Amino acid sequence: MAKVLMIHADKCTGCRNCELACSQFHEGRFRPRLSRVHAYAWEREGLSVPMMCQHCEDAPCVAVCPTGAMRRNKAASSVEWNKDACIRCRMCTIACPFGNAVYDSDSNAIIKCNLCSGDPECVKFCPSEALTFLEGTIAVRARKKAYAAKFKEAFKEVS
Amino acid sequence: MFGWAGTILRVDLSSGKIVKEALDPNLARKYIGARGLGARMIADEVDPAADPLGPANKLIFAAGPLTGTYAPSCGRFDVVTKGPLNGTIAGSNSGGSFGPELKYAGYDLVVIEGKAAKPSYLWIEDAKVEIRDAGHLWGKIVPDVTDALRAETDEEAKVACIGPAGENQVLFACVMNEMHRAAGRTGVGAVMGSKNLKAVVVSGSGSVAAADPEAFKQAVMKARKKIKEHPVGGQGLKAYGTDVLVNILNGVGCLPTRNFHEGFFPAADKVGGETLAAKNLIRPKGCFSCIISCGRVTRVDDPKFQGLGEGPEYETAWSFGPACGVDNLDAIIKANYLCNELGLDTITMGSTIACAMDLFENGIVTLKDTGGQPLRFGDPEAIVELTRQTAYKEGFGAKLALGSYRLAESFGHPEYSMTTKKQEMPAYDPRGVMGIGLHYATGNRGGDHVRGYTISVEVLGTPFKVDQYATKGKAEVVKTFQNLTAALDSSGACLFSTFGIGADELAEMLSALTGVPYSTEEFMKTGERIWNMERLWNLRSGLSAKDDTLPERLLKDPIPAGPSKGKVNQLGKMLPEYYEVRGWDKNGAPTAAKLKELGLAGA
Repeated sequence: MAKVLMIHADKCTGCRNCELACSQFHEGRFRPRLSRVHAYAWEREGLSVPMMCQHCEDAPCVAVCPTGAMRRNKAASSVEWNKDACIRCRMCTIACPFGNAVYDSDSNAIIKCNLCSGDPECVKFCPSEALTFLEGTIAVRARKKAYAAKFKEAFKEVS
Repeated sequence: MFGWAGTILRVDLSSGKIVKEALDPNLARKYIGARGLGARMIADEVDPAADPLGPANKLIFAAGPLTGTYAPSCGRFDVVTKGPLNGTIAGSNSGGSFGPELKYAGYDLVVIEGKAAKPSYLWIEDAKVEIRDAGHLWGKIVPDVTDALRAETDEEAKVACIGPAGENQVLFACVMNEMHRAAGRTGVGAVMGSKNLKAVVVSGSGSVAAADPEAFKQAVMKARKKIKEHPVGGQGLKAYGTDVLVNILNGVGCLPTRNFHEGFFPAADKVGGETLAAKNLIRPKGCFSCIISCGRVTRVDDPKFQGLGEGPEYETAWSFGPACGVDNLDAIIKANYLCNELGLDTITMGSTIACAMDLFENGIVTLKDTGGQPLRFGDPEAIVELTRQTAYKEGFGAKLALGSYRLAESFGHPEYSMTTKKQEMPAYDPRGVMGIGLHYATGNRGGDHVRGYTISVEVLGTPFKVDQYATKGKAEVVKTFQNLTAALDSSGACLFSTFGIGADELAEMLSALTGVPYSTEEFMKTGERIWNMERLWNLRSGLSAKDDTLPERLLKDPIPAGPSKGKVNQLGKMLPEYYEVRGWDKNGAPTAAKLKELGLAGA
């Protein structure tokens, strides 16, 4: 089973090491604007939420792509972009319900996470395990258990 | 250039002229950036006799070369100026994302000159720089200004601004960025207010590049590992924040209590980091590129002090807590929130209230002076209300707005002010920790802990332990910490990175990033150069060896109870040795030989 990248927003400290690691790896420089992951901050609440391509099973960006440049790699559980097949129509950037595919005019490229071909740099640099790269089944189980723990706390208070 | 953005932005608010200058690579190498480069420019361009709140003073926002990279916990910037609280070459350091954003916009330093004719803000969007009207923002508190400015510029822009305290030129007003981070000390916010500058807003789409990306990554990974494996840097600070120090300092009898009358606070645990984590902490927060996450997102439910925000740090929990004899953590947190919203330095605010309470308890300040409000040690409501009054200079708040030195002096008793060079000392009683006393006395911006944190070795035992009560060898310890921190600040690193790494790792990262081969020796020498340069400017501004001292209370009145009972600070035994190891004459002035060695001859 292929690994999946999981976001645990509740653990994010807002340090943006993910953005730094990502842009350095893919762009050769520290440039958060061109990072494939963004930790958006809500300063009043002191909250940060990382956003990145979710590599959807049934991906709108793939469905809308007229040339097959955006395609699902079933074995890797990822959505990949092929720059040579792409005609830069940018339909994928419109179709993604999360805004996780963007077009950069300087490099004439679709900027989207590719899981660093199977070894995500952002995960290595995240200091708080807000980003994890796990076997799909383990990841789902871990998340379920985390939510179960929250229910447990709630039940403890009312019972 | 690698690491450095390579450009200095100069904005004259009087004429509206905006100029971009190339950063001189030789100067960059000699002063690194941030605090060092900023101080060099103040030394070169501001008359030591200038009125800190007049148009001739300058205000510099300065990032370091490591700022904006993934060097761990190295995303900081400094606000450098001639400080209004004590007239020294001052400045204060802050985290968050503002410094990195400045670099991504293309600048290492932004130099603010002159004075705007009306309330204004600076909007920097990469190469595009505008001075804009801020009439609609004047009077607004920090979170509201921040939201309003992002709405009218860019939702993801980073905002550094002043609150009402800065506008009203409270002498210890701070500059706040991203709502909760503070360039807190020395009154940098008052200088910003004196220039009619409400905010600096930055949006940067550019980048910072490493000279040798692979070597830089290796050096960074090594540094990360060391911090992660350190008990303080890797675990303690994330779990309990800096407030974990309350019980540690109380445990060695050096938690200054009731305006430094005592060094032991029996109720300390009620305001410590463990209690904070159990009662108020929502989650830890990290500044840009930080792997430590000492920031505290907190909440208070008590309707009297209700709120949501960040803090407190140890120093804040102490200044509003034990220093004022207060053991109500909710009230302390509320006072902290108010300081963030109104733009006040928490250390000086709390300590000034402590001084006022001391004066009141001793009958020097009376109900007539305070407009009928009693100022008793231990009053949780008073710390909140007095903080608010200070920001608006309302009633007795107008006196508090001058800081404890001028407050106590105006009542004829400056000895009640727990300051050195007129800036309030932080939360370590120097009677029981000798080295920190020597640092307080010789600090280039007066009472301060973050520019010579000898507590690390004297109390925490990292990276090694020395006897806190010993005087022998402390001169060398203080000098080393002062030099190291000057270079570290100038690189863009956070002081807390030293809970894991030191000059070796910083020099290695700096070298790989910039391509300038900093050896550990050159790095430390650079710190020494910066320290001496700051000292020279202070001497030119009129300070002298007689200002290298501590309040009489700490030299003469022994700590009355607790583990450090009977101790006083032995400054007289350490100071001559300090001048000697510094290569200064007996009047505390750098010798010609020292200046030549540091490349400061003729400065």
